[in-house]
Amino acid sequence: MALAKVKMDATEARLASVALPQSPAWAQKAREDALGRLRAAGLPGRRDEYWKFTNPTDLISPEAPEAAVFNAGDESPVFGDIDRLRIVFVDGVFDPDASDDLEMAGVEIDRLGDPAAPDLHWARDLYGVLEARGQTPVARPLATLNTAAAADGVLIRVTGKAPRPISLSYLHSDPASDATLHHVVRVEAGGELTILENGPAAARFNKCMEIDIADGAAFHHVRAQGRDHERRAVTHMFVRLGTESTYKSFTLTANGVMTRNEQVVELTGDNAIAHVAGAALGDGDFHHDDTVFVTHDAINCESRQVFKKVLRNGATGVFQGKILVKPDAQKTDGYQISQALLLDGDSQFLAKPELEIYADDVACSHGSTSGAIDETALFYLRSRGVPTKDAQDLLVLAFLTEAIEEIEDEAIGDDIRSRLEGWLARRRS
Amino acid sequence: MLEIKNLHVSLEEEEKEILKGVDLTVEAGTVHAIMGPNGSGKSTLSYVLSGRGGYEVTEGTATLEGEDVLEMEPEERAAAGLFLAFQYPVEIPGVGNMTFLRTALNAQRKARGEEEISAADFLKLIREKAKALKIDADMLKRPVNVGFSGGEKKRNEILQMAMLEPRMCILDETDSGLDVDAMKLVSEGVNALRDAGRGFLVITHYQRLLDHIKPDVVHIMADGRIVKTGGPELALEVEHNGYAGILAEVA
Repeated sequence: MALAKVKMDATEARLASVALPQSPAWAQKAREDALGRLRAAGLPGRRDEYWKFTNPTDLISPEAPEAAVFNAGDESPVFGDIDRLRIVFVDGVFDPDASDDLEMAGVEIDRLGDPAAPDLHWARDLYGVLEARGQTPVARPLATLNTAAAADGVLIRVTGKAPRPISLSYLHSDPASDATLHHVVRVEAGGELTILENGPAAARFNKCMEIDIADGAAFHHVRAQGRDHERRAVTHMFVRLGTESTYKSFTLTANGVMTRNEQVVELTGDNAIAHVAGAALGDGDFHHDDTVFVTHDAINCESRQVFKKVLRNGATGVFQGKILVKPDAQKTDGYQISQALLLDGDSQFLAKPELEIYADDVACSHGSTSGAIDETALFYLRSRGVPTKDAQDLLVLAFLTEAIEEIEDEAIGDDIRSRLEGWLARRRS
Repeated sequence: MLEIKNLHVSLEEEEKEILKGVDLTVEAGTVHAIMGPNGSGKSTLSYVLSGRGGYEVTEGTATLEGEDVLEMEPEERAAAGLFLAFQYPVEIPGVGNMTFLRTALNAQRKARGEEEISAADFLKLIREKAKALKIDADMLKRPVNVGFSGGEKKRNEILQMAMLEPRMCILDETDSGLDVDAMKLVSEGVNALRDAGRGFLVITHYQRLLDHIKPDVVHIMADGRIVKTGGPELALEVEHNGYAGILAEVA
């Protein structure tokens, strides 16, 4: 079917504003291929079913809408106390001075934007490949745009157990910046790596991460999307899991006028485990969309989706989560929960949980709820002497606990929890 | 200690009067029991005293050591020393029992201008109190009342009472849903707290609980009023003759 003219025009207008990067030869073919796919699919439009709850206009406009730069003052940066290898991007541009040397035992780190980077055959086999796989059955054109246009990103190959996490810090300094980053991670058999991501990155950020987790390997991901109120972001994680491998991802989103976080996870080896979780806190002009697609294509795999949103003053939360169980994926254990706590009558939560199951020996469950603070619990706490506002905050944290508990590392989990407490405390003054 | 005078209470949502002039005084160092048939207003009295929403006081007063409790927020009543052991303790997923108790204890201390209890002192205190009520470490770690049996929930109420050391304790049908052993444990917990400076108001349907927690005064409540007051023998009369006999007598 030919692309509707309005879509074609929007796509061309966007492409006209992108400087397609000079990239190493190995990535060139993937980029050209992506460009072709993007022109065929077109950027998302308001009438697309997959964008029913989220208006993509500001994510596809030729210029990024401006976003004031948030000044955190002397507040301690997230993950600041975690021993980590730090890689810094400012408005999407690599900052070598602020970054550590890209060297760590058991890990090879290169940059997509490094003209001197060698031809990495492993990256060539993944760049744009997992993204392209993730285009069916639902198109994700903003990820395709990313493959075509990303000027930089990190290429990480893990051959052993990484001694400490790698942190990707995305700083925002220019109110009009429009950043596109594309990372590729390959965790070889038996390898282990944790990646921490933090910061808003730019006024508008399009980020894609392709992660290939080989047999028996493990990949952990924890991110905090910054404090900027006006920033916009669309992110994609494309994950492929081998036999007995593990993927665990947690995202904290507090603030941000527009966020669409997509996770496309494919369990292709038996006994693999994938957990994706998120906590979102929105106050006022806040639209937050978690779109998750988990495909079970092997035996005895486990997947969990745990998403919690706290919304007030007209904030909007969206959850589109799907578990697809292919015919041979017997003994699948799939779980999905999405819940919103609406702190007032102005906020809304839009959820579309889906199960599509073709195997007959599976255990899949899903649930979605939205509601106010439990008045009975509130009274119980108050009757024991806890002041109303403290009791409310305690109940909000309690509501988010199931998602936070998905973070395995205790220190990282505590850091995230303290950010949530900070968010709540700021709303009391 | 607790002085209730001519208390009239209606439901907020409908014009239905539940309490129709309750007069009751609980002196420090005494245990008063309120018995009465279903729907007599016993639980409403406990809720109104603890500050639960949904009720409207249309007439009368309730004071704790001379202070008007009806004007206070629920948390202020707690800090002033009022405690209600709930008939149906509430489950709070995501809030650890220990965290809950420590938050509550420190909030009350703060409200009274006292110093917060240190983590070490708190731990020592809670271990000692929990042991007496046969509450194990696991129950302390679990979210408040989540997955607790009926008996465990009631023991947890008494643990809270023991930790918070209120001056005036109201027990709302604490015996409901308890087997004999659990009732004994709970009663021992309550009896351990009896002292000259503390008052108790024990609400129950049955005389059974009062075998373990011996009351000084027994009140019979019916249709929103205290209709008869007597000594422990009044509870036995209820046990033998039921409420019908007593109600017929006072009618």
